[in-house]
Amino acid sequence: MEISLPTLSIGALIVAITTYFLAYRRSRNIANKAGGVHMLHSLPVHYAMRSALWCAIPAAIVLILWITLHDKLILHYIITENFSHLAQEVRNFEILNNIKNAINNEAIYQISNPDIQLAAAQYNEIKKETLTTTSFYSFALIITLSIISLIQINPKLQARNKIESFVKFVLATSSTLAIFTTLGIVLSVLIEAVRFFQSVAFFDFIFGLEWSPQIAIREGQVGSTGAFGAVPLFVGTALISLIAMIVAVPIGLMTAIYLSEYASRKMRSIVKPLLEILAGIPTVVYGFFAAITVAPTIRSFGESYGLDVASESALAAGLVMGIMIIPFVSSISDDVINAVPQSLRDGSYSLGATQSETIKQVIVPAALPGIVGGVLLAISRAIGETMIVVMAAGLAANNTFNPLEAVTTVTVQIVTLLVGDQEFDSPKTLAAFALGLTLFVITLILNVIALRVVRKYREQYE
Amino acid sequence: MSKLTQQKEKFQKQAPRQDVHLEMEIGDTIGEYKVANPRMTTRNVNAFYGKKQAILNVSLDIAKNEVISMIGPSGCGKSTFIRCLNRMNDTIETCRIEGEIKLDGVDIYESSYDVVPLRAQVGMVFQKPNPFPKSIYDNVAYGPKLHGLATDKTDLDEIVHTSLERAGLLSEVKDRFEEPGTSLSGGQQQRLCIARTIAVNPEVILMDEPCSALDPIATAKIEDLIEQLRQNFSICIVTHSMQQAARVSQRTAYFHLGYLVEVGETSTIFTNPKHKLTEEYITGRFG
Amino acid sequence: MSKKKIVDVVNRSLRKRYIKEAVFKFFGHFSMALGLLFLAVLFFTIVSKGYSALFATEIKLDIEFNKSFFSNGSSVNNKTIKNADYRKMINLALHRALPGVQGKKEKRELHSIVSDNAEYTLRDLVLENPSLISQTKEIWLLADDEVDMLNKGLTKKTSKESDRKITNNQIGWAETLQNVGRLDKNFNSTFFTSGDSREPEQAGILAASVGSLLALIITLFLSFPIGAATAIYLEEFAPKNSKLIDLIEVNINNLAAVPSIIFGLLGLAIFINFFGMPRSVPAVGGLVLTLMTLPTIVITSRAALKSVPPSIKEAALGVGASHMQSIVHHILPLALPGMLTGTIIGMARALGESAPLLMIGMVAFIVDVPKGFFEPSAALPVQIFLWADSPERAFLEKTSAATMILLVFLILMNLMAVILRKRFEKRW
Repeated sequence: MEISLPTLSIGALIVAITTYFLAYRRSRNIANKAGGVHMLHSLPVHYAMRSALWCAIPAAIVLILWITLHDKLILHYIITENFSHLAQEVRNFEILNNIKNAINNEAIYQISNPDIQLAAAQYNEIKKETLTTTSFYSFALIITLSIISLIQINPKLQARNKIESFVKFVLATSSTLAIFTTLGIVLSVLIEAVRFFQSVAFFDFIFGLEWSPQIAIREGQVGSTGAFGAVPLFVGTALISLIAMIVAVPIGLMTAIYLSEYASRKMRSIVKPLLEILAGIPTVVYGFFAAITVAPTIRSFGESYGLDVASESALAAGLVMGIMIIPFVSSISDDVINAVPQSLRDGSYSLGATQSETIKQVIVPAALPGIVGGVLLAISRAIGETMIVVMAAGLAANNTFNPLEAVTTVTVQIVTLLVGDQEFDSPKTLAAFALGLTLFVITLILNVIALRVVRKYREQYE
Repeated sequence: MSKLTQQKEKFQKQAPRQDVHLEMEIGDTIGEYKVANPRMTTRNVNAFYGKKQAILNVSLDIAKNEVISMIGPSGCGKSTFIRCLNRMNDTIETCRIEGEIKLDGVDIYESSYDVVPLRAQVGMVFQKPNPFPKSIYDNVAYGPKLHGLATDKTDLDEIVHTSLERAGLLSEVKDRFEEPGTSLSGGQQQRLCIARTIAVNPEVILMDEPCSALDPIATAKIEDLIEQLRQNFSICIVTHSMQQAARVSQRTAYFHLGYLVEVGETSTIFTNPKHKLTEEYITGRFG
Repeated sequence: MSKKKIVDVVNRSLRKRYIKEAVFKFFGHFSMALGLLFLAVLFFTIVSKGYSALFATEIKLDIEFNKSFFSNGSSVNNKTIKNADYRKMINLALHRALPGVQGKKEKRELHSIVSDNAEYTLRDLVLENPSLISQTKEIWLLADDEVDMLNKGLTKKTSKESDRKITNNQIGWAETLQNVGRLDKNFNSTFFTSGDSREPEQAGILAASVGSLLALIITLFLSFPIGAATAIYLEEFAPKNSKLIDLIEVNINNLAAVPSIIFGLLGLAIFINFFGMPRSVPAVGGLVLTLMTLPTIVITSRAALKSVPPSIKEAALGVGASHMQSIVHHILPLALPGMLTGTIIGMARALGESAPLLMIGMVAFIVDVPKGFFEPSAALPVQIFLWADSPERAFLEKTSAATMILLVFLILMNLMAVILRKRFEKRW
């Protein structure tokens, strides 16, 4: 009989559901004999759920283990059996890839290489066998557990507590996912970056002035030419982010001040959502807008004044990025300004200050830590922004602070190095991870400082 | 039986609950609300928060160099009333004022009247001390700097010194002008706010329950301060504590549900109130 | 200083101060207006450039479904229908409509004014309706993108021939056809029903939209339960002074601010490299987007849970409910609208993200609509990114139109969130 994964899952589900109803029945029977449902510790639903979980969870564990491990284990087995004559490195990556492609495409008869064909056929066979065996044993296990759990039902059994502990356990586990994600990010980026730094010296990377990864590969001298110097990328990132901040901070802050201090309630209720829309527009749209409208406009503007403007100027990218960040700065500033207690405003007005004087001399200084925190978060956002710069900034690694020239940023290079069919281990790919590590560390530092500043500020007033 | 219990029993025998006249009609204000040479006058003032009326037809004068206290149960309109005197109610969107309020003979609610100099002449101290998150020096210097009252730095220093001295705070802070105002204790903060207010040399100082957030020692210090300040300023103080009113003020005005029920010399109000409501409030039948 | 003099000093300072006030207020107003202006310009640009893509130019030809094309002497069957030379039929019809074209180069020009998928259109027509054979019918066929651009007025007719792709001959023919009513703009259903294509007139957003949809389904089904579970745990069960809990909270706050491209790197290194999952599939895209959206959902869900007054929980406990029961029966239902609102907004954000998807490969050239979670696909924002790079003039309007559609989706999702919030907002 052909047992496939869906069949196994449905079978397990049926067993679990059946157990549920059987347990429910049994607990009601026991209840009636004992003199009523209130004589049991828990409700019949709880007993039923408990038994069902006793079946479902082991089944789920088996399924998950199978799905994640089966192809690695089977492939490993096949390779050690048949392909041990090939070199270690090549063996693991290329063959794996080929076999996997073959299996995914299901066109086994079309593969040219007889070795791979054989391996793929073997794979399918072993997979079928192991799946059948696993299914058999899992069903045996599940049914045994089901029976045991049914026998255990009695009035003293604290089913509800057990279920609630289990649920609590599940909740706690899902919370740890956050840590695992961060760990995953750090590890994956770190490991690849470390491998990169084995080929290219760390100081060459951080302080090197020339970035041309293509040349490095062609000449086959990965580290010695110093073509992985990231300084031009840092300069480009800094330039575009600076332009973005120059646009976003004044406009965002003044808008927030106007909306919270001067605008009528009606105006505020209309304008605020509109600005939120700016925040919700996908960055790819901003990138597109920058490339087709802003960059050419700036270019023709500049040319009419006799300036030489690149078609992918830093100014265009920075300007549009600034527009994107305006609602960010505005929204955070609005929050912190509203958090300033009314008593401070009253104190200032009662001394005869005008509104602008109160804002400039009392409210903004009081809100300053929060605003600074918001600006730091905005900078972090600008540095990590990808799509706008990919579409509107160039690939030319330029060590310039002239906004009319084309520069490239860290994020653009990460994308360029990784998009396309890359060998995973080539230095180009690894360079992308090194850049990713740098980006992650810098934004992490900015975020930590910013969040701490904002939190301290909030504690002051709440 | 303890003395307190005895007194309580005596009270309860004198004034069974049903004798309290909370719903009685309040007619015109009893007592002389006018004074000769008033600093500020108010005539037929009505205040509304949206549809709800908070002050009904109140007329009252503020004399020069006096302390007048406003007492009454919660929600009777005393805070609303004094906030009318420096137009702080303007900051509340739903608040509407009718009537005539004059400072030195000029109606402050006239459309052409500028609020900024008004507030420089009628200062305010709030219930909860609200020093700015600036240094002690800058807190006091804030007002004078705004209005350009000091010609140079030395002048400003002198204003700050004088104000802190008058507020009775100089000796405690003279070595730490640069420290933030918020680092002071509650009582010191309130005196700092008073110093800040008198630094612009107003004519009238309004105080909205200035001691309710302070401990008794700080309260005593501020009450002494009020007595001294009387020499240079007119002071209107809203207070929840009748004992405080009795201690610091020369005249007392009793408010009830937005009406000015009775006004007169403090000693008279507390020993011989004319209106039934006044008497019941004073003797603690309600409140 | 006497009191009178002080008032004078104050009054003298007033003029300057009120000017400063007016200037300051103006700057505030101006900034706000500027922000709104940017928004308007953005929308206007996109809509004005993309509006024309909703229409496609078509050419009406009299196609003669001559039997000789469909039978090689024997009977007509599906095979002969599939293999018939539709190109020839189209070319013959073109010559009939525009007679007198000589010369190899000119003939080639004539044949290329119709899109090269026209033959498949005809084939599908005949397959569906074999009775067309031996008839002559008027069929509207998709025009080539250069003709389309010309017809929409997006190509300048007056520039030099060498400066543009469309030839003078083709311009003339197009005008002739238009004058006899054989060339017109119709609703561009191709845009909504096809996948990507090298030819702009055949390119559509369906494949990319379905790819996005599949990825979002996975994101929703993973991030909402996990996010809600995490929020409930942190709000209700987590011990207050634990270092571990602090670590979790710090992590969540940081992850919410990590650039999205880093999540792409994570997906590449772990899902594709370590777990060996295939590239370009919505399953991996959904997983990466889940990790990216989770922190936001946790934060908004916590806020929703916090806003439920503690008195409700206390009342439930007071009648003997267990902690878990008070949560499931009382707190959760009340917090649910807020949690859902946060989730919808998180989904909207995920829909617009393209950087992480670029990393895991959902940037391939996908023509067919993906049918499963593990089939290669593109995503809508990635499609926009790809088209934005294309040199053809016609792709500009397609990119703008795709952007319009994306924005429509986003606006709908945000509206849904706002309506949900308004409807269930309780005033305690």
